[in-house]
Amino acid sequence: MSRYSGPSLAIDPITCTAHGLCAELLPEVVELDEWGYPILIDGPVPPALRAQARAAATACPTLALKLSRG
Amino acid sequence: MTLVTGSMLASDVLASGPISTITPLHETPIPHAEVVRLLAAWTDDGRADNFREHEKRYGRLPVVGTSGGVGRHLLIDSVRRAGLRGRGGAGFPTADKLSAVAATKGQAVVVANGCEGDATSSKDHTLLQLAPHLVLDGIALAAYALSADDTILCLHSGSPALESVRAAIAERRDPVRVTVVEVPHRYTASESSALVNFLTTGQALPTTGPRAAVRGVNGRPTLVDNVETLAHLALIARYGDEWYREAGTAESSGSTLLTVGGAVTWPGVYEVELGIPISDALELAGGESESLQAVAIGGLGGTWVPMSVAAELPLTHEGCAELGISLGVASLVALPVQACGIAETARVLGYLADQSAGQCGPCMFGLPAVAADLADLAAGRRDRELLGRLCKRLGVIPGRGACSHPDAAVRFAASALRTFADDARAHAKGHPCEWAQQPSWTPLPEGVTA
Repeated sequence: MSRYSGPSLAIDPITCTAHGLCAELLPEVVELDEWGYPILIDGPVPPALRAQARAAATACPTLALKLSRG
Repeated sequence: MTLVTGSMLASDVLASGPISTITPLHETPIPHAEVVRLLAAWTDDGRADNFREHEKRYGRLPVVGTSGGVGRHLLIDSVRRAGLRGRGGAGFPTADKLSAVAATKGQAVVVANGCEGDATSSKDHTLLQLAPHLVLDGIALAAYALSADDTILCLHSGSPALESVRAAIAERRDPVRVTVVEVPHRYTASESSALVNFLTTGQALPTTGPRAAVRGVNGRPTLVDNVETLAHLALIARYGDEWYREAGTAESSGSTLLTVGGAVTWPGVYEVELGIPISDALELAGGESESLQAVAIGGLGGTWVPMSVAAELPLTHEGCAELGISLGVASLVALPVQACGIAETARVLGYLADQSAGQCGPCMFGLPAVAADLADLAAGRRDRELLGRLCKRLGVIPGRGACSHPDAAVRFAASALRTFADDARAHAKGHPCEWAQQPSWTPLPEGVTA
């Protein structure tokens, strides 16, 4: 179980083309696999990182990264 | 008397790809099947019924719009009490699917999936050739239960069942006429969301987004059911849920079509009661043609299980769940002792990688990487990092695709590393199996190599 509640990140795997910006902007939550595609930590985004997460979602060149309402 | 519908021995399968022809097999007596429901016409007469014969054998459909017929909700309730679960691989309760579509606003669509994407299975096109009217009955019933005005039967392009299905439709006067659609021959094209996408946009690619029940073909609520599931629906509507439960177990009721392949005497499609041990299913297929080490249960997205465990394993959802595996599409591939399970799996992964829709990175890049690792392993290429790298890859791929194709492929590969663990360790130290270069026991379409 997660310690937090609130919004979490999700990736549309079809839209994602491995730009990798999310991992640069949000390394605490996103890491890249060996092919450059993001792997997200499970559960809601820690509250302190929400603003960063929102910025990462906005910055995603293909809009594959989405911040859902929690 | 039982039925054996595929007469091809493993060597023939290797030569010509998946079992797809239907040839009466033996003049010699064949062991008794536990249940003959769907394939009664074949069992009795050795051929499919025409519509008149079909109605005589099974009786007329009791519903479909007539007053005094079974009500829509009663039909769905009966399916629920019968415990019918989908026969396409997921084993989802059919009544829940029907209810979900019925609960969504809008004119429903019924899609019968007869694409048979899994290369180890030939039960769907066998059923469509030997009992097409049961499937068409099921489509009519589903359309009635959901007030659908559009019914579509999907087959792979060039399917051996096209002719029999078209002839059967022409014989009938269903309230909603069934449209036959040919779908591109690719594994992932017959996945539910890919079918919906194809029928809506012409692109046979899986999608993310709402379920078909909520937003399916042209945005309408859509029931996507496997053709065998619909054939069972036709039996439940006629004979009731109590009759249906006379075969099978509490959680896996009725009979199932099962494709048995690999090193058995008579590979083919059999109708069996759910709950029989796997060893009985292999016996039905004439027993092992040589000593066996493992069985792949559930097709190419399934699991390798060592023979010592598989023999007594009941063919049920709950029996498989106890082992932490899934029954999947009802198919068995028997692997002999004199075969390399790792090489076998490397070839399968090569095929599955090739069949990726190429939309999602972890599938598009991950599956070829896993296939290459397995091929290196099978070849006995000494590499200290190989097993660690392969296990890491198997760990990161699942759950990250739009459809379950990568998850299923990884499941199959991971089960090979467990079941053939001794071989894997020996190969990693530079000792390949002497059988690694043998042709595949798993029926894969032609031109596939590791």
